[in-house]
Amino acid sequence: MSGNAQSAAGGMTEYIQHHLHHLEWRVGPGSFWVINIDTVVVTLLLITLFLGVFLTSARKATAGVPGRFQAFVEMVVGTVDELVRETFHGSSKLIAPLSLTIFVLIFLMNFIDLVPVDFLPWLGREAGLHYLRVVPTADLNTTLGMSLTVFLLIQYFGLKHKGPGLFFKEMFTAPFHVHGTLGKILLAPVNLLLRLIEEAVRPISLSLRLFGNMYAGELIFILIAVLTLGGSLTHGAAYAFGPVQLVVDFAWTAFHILVITLQAFIFMMLTIVYLSMAAEQH
Amino acid sequence: MDINLTLIIQGLAFFATALVVMKYGWPHIMAAIEDRQKKIADGLAAAERARAELRDADARVAEEIKAARAQAAEIIDRAQQQANHMLDKAREDAQAELARLKAAADAEIAAAAARARQDLSRQVGELALAGASRILQREVDAAAHRQLLEQLAAEI
Repeated sequence: MSGNAQSAAGGMTEYIQHHLHHLEWRVGPGSFWVINIDTVVVTLLLITLFLGVFLTSARKATAGVPGRFQAFVEMVVGTVDELVRETFHGSSKLIAPLSLTIFVLIFLMNFIDLVPVDFLPWLGREAGLHYLRVVPTADLNTTLGMSLTVFLLIQYFGLKHKGPGLFFKEMFTAPFHVHGTLGKILLAPVNLLLRLIEEAVRPISLSLRLFGNMYAGELIFILIAVLTLGGSLTHGAAYAFGPVQLVVDFAWTAFHILVITLQAFIFMMLTIVYLSMAAEQH
Repeated sequence: MDINLTLIIQGLAFFATALVVMKYGWPHIMAAIEDRQKKIADGLAAAERARAELRDADARVAEEIKAARAQAAEIIDRAQQQANHMLDKAREDAQAELARLKAAADAEIAAAAARARQDLSRQVGELALAGASRILQREVDAAAHRQLLEQLAAEI
């Protein structure tokens, strides 16, 4: 932090930009044909962890006295199942497992944010990877990918539970109801417009809420890390900022534990609500 | 921050995970949970039933103890009555025997007294006769005065 202000600022900017850069794999021309290897690999590892734990305990599940681990898995499953039952009144085999997957997966992805911000990139650099950005939910691709999947499921649920006739009819007759043919014709475009906005807003708000929280969280961790950037044992500033960094980092990590859980829960809860709204008639 | 192919991969990976959870994990766990719930409910119901049965048995036992106690009291009562009865009868028998023995003794005593009196009167008669004969110094015709003497003896 000491010395030339120009080079310190440059070092800081470079440090932050470096942290926000994905490990990319270009598979074709154009900016779309790129795969963020770090996001995908971390996600797959977390999916493997989740499925490994969940399927193992599912296979071993018996009606006898459960062990601690079994009880933990069943507690999570039971909580999600109860939430779904309270909110969603139709019958669906998919919605409860989907909700569980959303909650656990997003929680695990968010949890990576609590790993010290330089630790995994440092490991990656030692392993020869120039860039490594490890929090999958701080990548808009992940959150938008999940919310678009949810969006498609909402449409599928609407079609399945209402039937195509009612599904398309509702696009023109809800939310504004009116009696009389003229009124109906007049309100049809308004209703359609509102419906389209409503449907479009859902995945966007779902994904941006999660992405924004995690991106901001990651950025603040990076900024806290910047406090002692370039510092060494010979710099006085390192001794001044070190304790501050420790306290602030601890406070933000502790607060972030709440954020990551809450965001995972909100994503799950809104998915359940959207799906049950799609299945119910207006 | 670019939207790229990662979006599709992440969406598909997420959906595939949800499908795997739905197909291979969820039913097992829910079945286990429901089985256990049923088991616990059954167990609780059985415990409740057993408790009710125990209550019934307790009531029955108490009733039987009460009946047995009443029966015992009755038996004791009856035995006491019988004992009293036997005692009374024995007392009566004893008194009757006593009276009988007393009567017999009385009779014997009376007979003995009479006999003694008879002997005495006869001896007195003989003595009187002997005295008289001594006084008279002569032969008294015993046979002639016997009647007189006997009359005298009877009067004594």
